Amino acid sequence: MANQYETVFIMTPVLSEDQMKETVQKFEKILTDKGAEIVHQENWGLRKLEYPIQKKSSGFYHLFEFKAEGDVVTELELQYRRDERIMRFLTVSMDKYAIAYAEKRRNIRNEKAAKAQEEAAAAPAPAAEATEEVKNETNQTEQE
Amino acid sequence: MAQQSDIKYIAPVAVDIQRKKYCRFKKSGIKYIDYKDGEFLKKFVNEQGKILPRRLTGTSLKYQKKVAQAVKRARHLALLPFVTDNLKTN
Repeated sequence: MANQYETVFIMTPVLSEDQMKETVQKFEKILTDKGAEIVHQENWGLRKLEYPIQKKSSGFYHLFEFKAEGDVVTELELQYRRDERIMRFLTVSMDKYAIAYAEKRRNIRNEKAAKAQEEAAAAPAPAAEATEEVKNETNQTEQE
Repeated sequence: MAQQSDIKYIAPVAVDIQRKKYCRFKKSGIKYIDYKDGEFLKKFVNEQGKILPRRLTGTSLKYQKKVAQAVKRARHLALLPFVTDNLKTN
C-alpha cells in the first residue's frame, strides 16, 4: 500500500521567478515519473528565513503532498542533494491525523482564496454605495 | 533557616497560583501539530527559542512529544530559530 508523504524544500533566492518554477516542475516530474500521485502542492513564495542558510537570509518554499512507495522518497532526496538550487528539504510520512489536518488546511486555504477573489470582485460596488451614503448623510445634515 | 516565604519568592512569578493547568490539545481536540505553522509553535518556546517544559505549559506527555517533534522540524526548515535572543518581541 502506498504511503502518503509531505515534502517541503527551500530553493535559493538567487533564482528568478521562472527558474524557480522550472525547478518545481523538475521535481514534480521526478515524482510523477516514479509513479507518485501528487495530492496537493503549495507555493509559499519568497520567505524570510529565521536563520541564514548558505549565507542567504531568504528562500523560495515549496510543498508537495504525494502518495507513493517508500523508494520514491529515497530517489527524491537523492535528487534534492544533487541539485545545488535546493538549500534545505524535509520529507515526512503522514499519519491519519496529518492527512486529516492537511485536508482541513487545504479547505481553509481554498475558502480564503475564494473569499479574497469574491471580495476583489465585490469591492467596487460596496465602496460606491458607501460614498453615496456619505453623500446622503451630508445632505441630511445640510437640510437640518 | 529557609522559610516557606523564601521558597515562594524563588518560584516563577508568572505562574498563576490557583489556576489548574490543562493540556490545550486534549481540551480543544487537536490531533496533529503542524510543523509548518511557525507562529503557533512560538507559544511553546521561550525567548531564546528553547522548547518550554511540560511543567510550564501543562501539555500532556503525548502531545509534548509531538510539540517537540514539530518544533525540531520547523527549526530544520528555518521557520523557527535554533537560538536567538528576545524571540517574543520580534
